[in-house]
Order: sequence, then C-alpha cells, then structure tokens
Amino acid sequence: MLLIPEPLLFELSSPGRTAFSLPTLDVPASPLPQELVREAVNLPEISELDLVRHYVHLSQKNFSIDTHFYPLGSCTMKYNPKVNETAAVMEGFNRSHPLQPEDMAQGNLALMYHLQEFLKEIAGFAGISLQPAAGAHGEFAGVLMMRAYHLARGDTRRTKILIPNSAHGTNPASVTMSGLEAVEIPSDERGNVDLATLQSQCDDTVVGLMLTNPNTLGLFEEHIEAVVKAVHDCGGLMYGDGANLNALLGIARPGDLGFDVMHFNLHKTFTTPHGGGGPGSGPVGVSERLRPFLPGPIVAKKANQESENTPYSLLLTPYFLTMPEQSIGRVKAFHGNFGMLVRAYTYIAMLGEEGLRQVSLNAVLNANYLKARLGKTFPVPYDRLCMHEFVARGDIVPGVHTMDIAKRLIDYGIHPPTVYFPLIVHEAMMIEPTETESKQTLDNFVEVLQRIVHQAQDEPDFLRTAPHSTPVNRLDEVAAARKPILCYKG
Amino acid sequence: MKLDLNAKYQTSHEWVRPDGDQMVCGISDYAQNSLSDVVFIELPDVGKLLKQGDVFGTIESVKAASDLYMPLSGEIVEVNEAISDALQIINNDPYNKGWLIKFKPTNMVEWDKLLSGKDYKKAVEAEG
Repeated sequence: MLLIPEPLLFELSSPGRTAFSLPTLDVPASPLPQELVREAVNLPEISELDLVRHYVHLSQKNFSIDTHFYPLGSCTMKYNPKVNETAAVMEGFNRSHPLQPEDMAQGNLALMYHLQEFLKEIAGFAGISLQPAAGAHGEFAGVLMMRAYHLARGDTRRTKILIPNSAHGTNPASVTMSGLEAVEIPSDERGNVDLATLQSQCDDTVVGLMLTNPNTLGLFEEHIEAVVKAVHDCGGLMYGDGANLNALLGIARPGDLGFDVMHFNLHKTFTTPHGGGGPGSGPVGVSERLRPFLPGPIVAKKANQESENTPYSLLLTPYFLTMPEQSIGRVKAFHGNFGMLVRAYTYIAMLGEEGLRQVSLNAVLNANYLKARLGKTFPVPYDRLCMHEFVARGDIVPGVHTMDIAKRLIDYGIHPPTVYFPLIVHEAMMIEPTETESKQTLDNFVEVLQRIVHQAQDEPDFLRTAPHSTPVNRLDEVAAARKPILCYKG
Repeated sequence: MKLDLNAKYQTSHEWVRPDGDQMVCGISDYAQNSLSDVVFIELPDVGKLLKQGDVFGTIESVKAASDLYMPLSGEIVEVNEAISDALQIINNDPYNKGWLIKFKPTNMVEWDKLLSGKDYKKAVEAEG
C-alpha cells in the first residue's frame, strides 16, 4: 500500500461525478447576479467512495509518531497520550466560544489559570502568558518584552541581542523581526558559550542574550552562572529558549538560574500535537521585573475575601481576564490555541511532579544510551554527558553523506534524525530519542544504522538513491528550490 | 580544497582580490562544497556603503542559509547578474564566473589583516 503512488484529486476527476446530492429545492430559485458568476473554476469532480479512498490512502502513507520511531533532534517527537484528546473534546471545552462572557467561561479560565500556575512552578517564573501560538512566536513576544523593559526605563541605546552559535535557528529571526540586531557568539571546545567573546560584547548596547539550554548540541551550559552574570552586569536580560525543556523538568528551573524570560513549547515538552498537525503553542514565562510587560490578556483569580457578605455569584466566578499594566499588547486573537492548553494541562496533571521529573530523567538516559552505542560508529565532536539529545557526524564513509544515511532510514521504518543542524558540526546528525521509546526500539535503531554503514561501504549508490520503499524515491530538492512549480497545471 | 592564491580570505569563507581599482568578492571552494548546491542568493543594491564585517547578502542551499560578510569596507559597484538564473555557476566556478560582488574599497589598511590562501587553508583544516 505504501508503495502505490496516489493520484491527485484532479487526476481522479471525471466530469459530472459528485460526492453530494442536494435536497429538492423548496423555495423559488433566485439566480446569482451576473457579475458574481464565474466560469470554469476547474474543481475536481469525484464520487464519494473515490474521495474517501483518496484520503484514507493518504492517511495510510502518513509517517508519524503513532506509526514510527521519530528521533528528530530538537523537535521532541514524543508520544502524545490519547487521554489528551479525551479531555480536549469534552463538551464544556470544545463547545465554548472565545467571546462568551467571563462568568459563563469559568471552567476554561480556571484551566488557563492553573496551567499558568503549573508553568510558573515548573520553570520558576513570576508570570505567564499563554497567548503565543508557537515557539518562535513566544520568542518574538519575549524579545518585544525585553525591548519594552529597557525603553520603559528610558534606556534607548540598547539595540543588540547576543546569540550563541549553538542556539536555535529561529532566535536571530525573532531578533530581526523585533527591529534589533543579532550578534553571534562562538562556542568553546566543550560546546559552551565562549566566555571571553561574550564578556567582550557585553556593554550598554546589549538588550540581552538568547540562550538555548541545553543547547542544540544537547549540552548543558557549564558556565551558566558566569554567562548570566556577564549579561546582567551590563544591564542586559537573559532570554531562555525553552525548546529543550524536556531535559530539565523537575531538575533545574530556568527562573532559578537567572533567566528573565523563556518560552515553552507545549507541542514539544507537553505533548500537544506536533509536526504537520498542531497547531503549536508557545507560552512565555517571565521574572518579576518583566511581569508587567506580558502580552495579554492573561487570567487572574480574585483574592479570597470570603465573608458572610460575599455574594454567592462572586464565589462561583473567581477567574477573570486582565491586561498586565505595561503589556506589549495582544500577540494573538482571543486566548492562544486553547485546545492545546487543555491537552498540556491534562498531561501535566496526569504526570504530576514526580512523573514530570521521571520524563526528563528517562529522556536524558535514552539519549546517553544511544550516544554510548552509536558514538563508536558515528563520531560525536563535543563528547561529554549529553542531555536529551546529541549531535554526531554522519560522514564516516567517503562519498556518502549524512543525507544518504538519513534517507535510507526511511526504508527501515525510522524517521530520519535532524540533519545538517547545528551548523557548527559538519554533516551533523542530531538525535533525540525522547523518553517514550523502549530499549528495544533504541537497540533496533542502532542495529539499522550499523547495517546502513555496511551498505554505505558495499553499495554506496544504493544509499545515494534511497529511499526505495516509498511512492516516490529521492526527490530533487535542488531543482525544487531553484525552479519551484507552485501551481497544478493539468 | 581549491584555492585562488591571488585572493585573500576571511574565516567566514569569502575571498576577495583586486580587479583594476576595484575589489571582486565571492565564496571559497570550501564554502560552496560545504553548502552543496546553491538554491538562492540575495545580493546588495549597487551604491550601498558597507563596513568590513557587515552582512552584504545571504546564500542558501538545501542544507543551510548563511550570511555573507564584507571582507573590506567599500561601496558596492556591481553584482553578478549572470548567476541569478544559473546558481550552479557558484558551485562550479567559485573563484571566477561565480563571483558575487564588485566594490570600491574605502580602507585598504583592512586588506593586510585578511588571511592569505595558505593561512585560510590552515584555518579551515583546524576547524575540521
């Protein structure tokens, strides 16, 4: 089934076929005004059965966490528990409307309030906004808050944001989007931020530093205290890219380490759907001094002033929406991607404190197990105890690239790891197994990679044309990028 | 790794060499090989004044996107139009037909600080 190419809807089309039938007209026909009538819109005409088969075939070709091992580094493709879906389709949640008055949406607001509290506790922050719709959107909101903080103090000289070269690729883009200048800081030989360069860049033009910790090499910053101190001493703020939070739950809190702002990726760490699905969700957490600048509205709870005179209605409606005093404003319509908030809340509530800690312990254990087994074959340039992921080199057989190995993995039912990122490792292969994979799955991955290495030595051309078990084989990505065909031309 | 020994280099992998009273600049053979097939390039407007180390453009392959840095301060006088429809020229002939920009240098003191071909090769090999 996987091998049969699926035709496009346009190719299935046959004139006159439909997948619907309208009931007999029981009102007088009213013709459309002439200027609104289009000709030849060229929509496909397909029967209901053909249409159903088309989409079922496509769904069967889907390569997802529910069907295959997915060690896509930096993306935390862990299992998304189905109980999340049970909670998200509860009527009270999925039939509510964002314009409903607050006193009629207390359940939704309560969930948002408690999720804010959970995230505060998990990461050690003073305030949370659930609005941003994705990780990079959270970054953007965070950088705007950092800028607003300095401007509110009349400090207008600050225009630079420092970014280590082991940070996520979205960080410089978020800085540019915010009208600031990104300055790259190199890494030292152990994969940490190069302290000497950092200190030489820390002056009164620095808005802050954006640190991904653990970084994209999967390494915990060993000089975290010195990095935070250098940035704070020059008046800058610390931004944390929380995309790699899966390594730290219940172990270290970014707020305690001195971070002033961080985004969470609910679609990574907190198991909301991810990758071709989603939508994402990227709440931001802040320290006390940035709390007034949070994007809003956020959910607050009325202080408990219960007395005999408190009206009963007030006791029933303690949750309300409020705009932080110096808010950077809204960054999304309504209240973020609410359905994702329900799923993340469910996940956190189901696991609890000890469960979340176990998530990170197992994620780190799985990554180190793979590093120990694979590191013998694929060199790991920054080889020290890793966190939730590690980066190895895939160019171990002359003439065979990491991309060839990655594509061949598909034939064995394994999603390729992230390749060619981070840029500081040549022919990089970034592997993040996540905590939800068993030892058997990890061992199978190692055995498959070893088999592929033998194939690379014996029949390199077979690898260069992989995958071989998919409806289309190696795609010409270069031609697709240079001369893209963006419209169907039947 | 092919080198043009008449050119000077910087560790961000741009080469630059005199061309009459102007300078011509592109990316090294090592850079084109690491990037693999170039699929997109963005070059500056003619007349733009840039300082040494400023970003003058962006180059993208299916593997990565990288900024391009001015090896010397100067004013852009010409960009290579011939490559816009034939980006493979950058991969096939990075030191000649695949040049990217020509500029009028404004501070030739900077020239002395650039790496010779030999030193650039050493720097690349040290990087692994």
